[in-house]
Amino acid sequence: MAERKLRVMVAKPGLDGHDRGARVLARCFRDAGFEVIYTGCHQTPEQIAAAAIQEDVDLVGLSCLSGAHRYLFPAVKKQLVERGADDIMVIGGGIIPDQDFQYLYDNGIKAIFTPGATLDSIVEWINNNVKPRE
Amino acid sequence: MEKVKKIKAGDVRTASRLIRNLEDGVKEARSTIKHLFPLTGKAQVVGITGSPGAGKSTLVDGLVEQFRKRGKTVGVLAVDPTSPFTGGAILGDRIRMQRHAEDSGVFVRSLATRGALGGLAKAVGDAIHVMDVMGMDVILVETVGTGQQEVDIINHSHTVLVVLIPGMGDEIQAIKAGIMEIADVFVINKADREGSSKLRREIMAMLDMAPPETFASGWRPPIVRVENAFEPDSFGKSMEELTDTIAKHHEHLVAKDLLGSRIRRKAAVELHEAIRSCVLEPILNHLVAEGEIEGMIQKLMDKKTDPYTLAEEVARRFLKEGV
Ligand SMILES: Nc1nc2c(ncn2[C@@H]2O[C@H](COP(=O)(O)OP(=O)(O)O)[C@@H](O)[C@H]2O)c(=O)[nH]1
Ligand SMILES: [Mg+2]
Repeated sequence: MAERKLRVMVAKPGLDGHDRGARVLARCFRDAGFEVIYTGCHQTPEQIAAAAIQEDVDLVGLSCLSGAHRYLFPAVKKQLVERGADDIMVIGGGIIPDQDFQYLYDNGIKAIFTPGATLDSIVEWINNNVKPRE
Repeated sequence: MEKVKKIKAGDVRTASRLIRNLEDGVKEARSTIKHLFPLTGKAQVVGITGSPGAGKSTLVDGLVEQFRKRGKTVGVLAVDPTSPFTGGAILGDRIRMQRHAEDSGVFVRSLATRGALGGLAKAVGDAIHVMDVMGMDVILVETVGTGQQEVDIINHSHTVLVVLIPGMGDEIQAIKAGIMEIADVFVINKADREGSSKLRREIMAMLDMAPPETFASGWRPPIVRVENAFEPDSFGKSMEELTDTIAKHHEHLVAKDLLGSRIRRKAAVELHEAIRSCVLEPILNHLVAEGEIEGMIQKLMDKKTDPYTLAEEVARRFLKEGV
């Protein structure tokens, strides 16, 4: 059997149109050997969840710079769960104040990366925590 | 089989998981295909090929809209290249199609080439079967678009669109290099740009020069101009025309009894592929895993034997009846 390949979706929910960071992340994931599905900006949580299921990804990485992460990140997780895909992991990145971390963890977001995080540390986290599902 | 039932009912989760398992070469997925195969053959498959940036994904998005308006369900398989250095891939075709993400009559799946040459991914043929059994009326397959000879698409499609854009001098070269033989319809994309009339003339001239038997069935590939994708009204009209042209080509295949020969071609290719992956690959994998291959290579380097003698030995060992 060929090896399992990790499939990761990089998505930008909400209104902010700055996708430079998301593109950098997508390239970095490709260089780490993942198959990256990039969906572009201005995605609704419903669109992201539907796409994640159609693409059978192991992980959804959300990027949000607009400050709406408290609403958007949990909304994506909720949409996935409602569609029977609670096994798809969700992580988030962006300008996220410390005091929001616990709230996001409590709502199913597995990890949060702020602008200080190195790309290597994100890849390392994924390699340690996400296994392609059986 | 539970999985087959779910796929027949159009369950996206089960289908996308199965496609994943087919890509990853999971054995059990192969046995599911055995059950699906008898149910296939209903969908109309349209291939879209052309250089990177020619606007293939944008075109696919426009076609999805048209087919939906005509009451058809649509599957999309979009192929992007795997990096030969890292094995990773960025699959970005979806960006142009995300507005359909929530439409339950549309199923978009991105595939990476994973080393396959010829513009497609190895799993494309089986992924088409899966979408077919799900009940997708139309399946649009977008090739990588490396500009290399992406002729594999013809093995899987009923209709092939070759997408060209004005102002790229090398286009006609690419056509000469073999793309022309596979085109059922030429699309001049971004026709708002300078040079679209010239490109049209060049394609016409090239078709005129083709040997007469090329169009013996009575179909000479039409050229459809597609207006700027950022002008929704004129683009929509172009998409209507293109969708009509695809339908006309399909009618032609049916009327001239040519559908059968395309289906036969697909069957032949699938058989070749299957023999390769069920016979050749396991033998090679075994030889590699047991380290035998290294010894054989060494023998060749020492000129102790030749490749044919070795291959015949392998055949005697692994194949009961002999060849
Ligand atoms: N000017 C112009 N640009 C277009 C048109 N169609 C697509 N594009 C742009 O061309 C680029 C590549 O399009 P895409 O559909 O991704 O091409 P693909 O690589 O062949 O799939 C994108 O930036 C599109 O926005 C068009 O009709 N006119
Ligand atoms: Mg594309």
